[in-house]
Amino acid sequence: MPPPAPADDAGDRPLVLLSQTPLPHFAAALEGRYRLVLAADADAATAAEARVLLVAGLNKVPAELLDRLPALELVTAVPVGVDHVDLAACRRRGIAVTNAGPAFAADSADYAVGLVVAVLRRVAAADAYVRRGRWATDGDYPLTTKVSGKRVGIVGLGRIGSMVARRLAAFGCAVSYNSRSPKPSAPYKFFPSVLDLAADSDVVVLSCALTEETRRIVNREVMEALGKDGVLVNVGRGGLVDEPELVRCLREGVIGGAGLDVYENEPDVPPELFAMDNVVLSDHRAVFTPESFRGVLDLVAGNIDAFFAGRPLISPVTL
Amino acid sequence: MASSAAATASGEPPVLPSLLLIRRLDPAFAAALRQRFRVFDFFASGDPLPAFLAAAAAAAAAPDPPRAAVIMGGGSVRVDAAFLDAIPSLRCVVGTGAGVDHVDLDECARRGVLVANSGTVYSADVADHAVGLLIDVLRRVSAAERFVRRGLWPVQGDYPLGTKLGGKRVGIIGLGNIGSLIAKRLEAFGCVIYYNSRKLKESVSYKYFPNVHDLAAESDVLVVACALNKETRHVINKDVLRALGKDGIVINIGRGANIDEAELIRALKDGRIAGAGLDVYENEPKVPAELLTMENVVLTPHIAVFTSESISDLRDHTISNLEAFFSGKPLLTPVLP
Repeated sequence: MPPPAPADDAGDRPLVLLSQTPLPHFAAALEGRYRLVLAADADAATAAEARVLLVAGLNKVPAELLDRLPALELVTAVPVGVDHVDLAACRRRGIAVTNAGPAFAADSADYAVGLVVAVLRRVAAADAYVRRGRWATDGDYPLTTKVSGKRVGIVGLGRIGSMVARRLAAFGCAVSYNSRSPKPSAPYKFFPSVLDLAADSDVVVLSCALTEETRRIVNREVMEALGKDGVLVNVGRGGLVDEPELVRCLREGVIGGAGLDVYENEPDVPPELFAMDNVVLSDHRAVFTPESFRGVLDLVAGNIDAFFAGRPLISPVTL
Repeated sequence: MASSAAATASGEPPVLPSLLLIRRLDPAFAAALRQRFRVFDFFASGDPLPAFLAAAAAAAAAPDPPRAAVIMGGGSVRVDAAFLDAIPSLRCVVGTGAGVDHVDLDECARRGVLVANSGTVYSADVADHAVGLLIDVLRRVSAAERFVRRGLWPVQGDYPLGTKLGGKRVGIIGLGNIGSLIAKRLEAFGCVIYYNSRKLKESVSYKYFPNVHDLAAESDVLVVACALNKETRHVINKDVLRALGKDGIVINIGRGANIDEAELIRALKDGRIAGAGLDVYENEPKVPAELLTMENVVLTPHIAVFTSESISDLRDHTISNLEAFFSGKPLLTPVLP
């Protein structure tokens, strides 16, 4: 990363509006290179001038906010998912959008695979069994089921989905996928619908964006197709799954288990899940490692710098 | 002498070969053995081992003394000189684990007793579990799980993050079937693979370290995937843990005795290493109490081999070894001293 601009040239630092207060070390790293102003605090002149909005978290960025920024040309988002940004408004106005996807992809994929193994092999549940002293009193833990060789269906073969595929293929899993359109370079079987994918899979991993088309794409019908031994892993967005239906399907044994990193209403997790041994829960951490923050920072700054220099954006999102 | 179930001249039901069974079996496995053999079941007898062996030797003396035994994959029953003295007719011991550290291989060889293990039946499952433990420890999967399950997410905010897998140097101790499968899986995560083995393996491109101390010094994670024998007892000791360092992680899917458990616990308590993922312990099923409250360890109750698929594969494999022996053919997976 090039060194920050000298601090006494405050006027020369490009203006970047913030949709919300960023994490402290983000702000510190960016402050040296850009003039950062919270959009909510921007006076009329600043709002009229701003060409770049940095979406620093998951707070909604609705059309109303965008409409107050007539000169806006770039929305650069830190999160991978940009479903909280009014993309239709961006499209209408020709505003480009970038996310930090590439910096997060490997960590998300690693965690998704961690969840697959944790659910199938009951790692977390077995750990709890040991911690409660049950190995000595209740004997051996029950048999679990093999990971290698399972049929894995990935919904969304973007950066994260491709990395999940590569990792699970190394476990000897048979990988197939569903995507908006088939990817000719992908060596995996393509299914045109999530329903058909689920019917042919032992494990379904969700790693696609949340859009109008994908909202609640995993519904009762899909879960019935996945079946009583089937496992659902979600590292995308809670909204991809009909959550109340998921809870019902788990309770009724319609599907065999789930690994969830995301929920419809974070940080609220349906309490019925707390009593289930065949579910592994995490607190929306799949994307995050301290090491990836560095990469995210570089990517965000890289996109902003490219924009101001008239170079192609590094990680644009297709609107 | 040829095996099984030739009907006698008088048309009586065939005499099944006698088989000692020194392992608890699921019903399907037990039934499959009983179909083919006259089974003397140690755990069902309730007798102490010497009495059981003597009774089996006597009862089966005519017409067919027990020539084969199916034994546990590990644990307290040792096939040693005393055991072999008690059943002099024994010519084949089929272990149901990959490890045969509870079998005196030299003594068996001296007496012409063949030994078989479970071959690669379990290898993928153990490798899968090892990788699952590694991801769990590095990314704090189980710890975050506990946190969310206790309802703490809305109250305390996010649980502390783990650390990235990509680029981590993983030192595998023992690059046999299991070690190789672990290596292949971790390569897909962008880990760098190093290893220690008795000898360098020409066919792999991973960096070889002739001793475990040097391996530890250059690794972020150590994975124990070797057999337990005289050389590998406490292969992870105070010196190796010091070389591994305060950001280092230990994963053990070998045998508890591969690690100096007391030293490991001290190192964890003092923060001299960063964490551990353990499936085996020196004194199962006892897990030292100090581990039970640590957030940076993942503890599983020796489950790496136990999937329903591997149990069914084990059954087929064990029977294949027995049938090979009883028909005078070579064992599928013999183990030599």
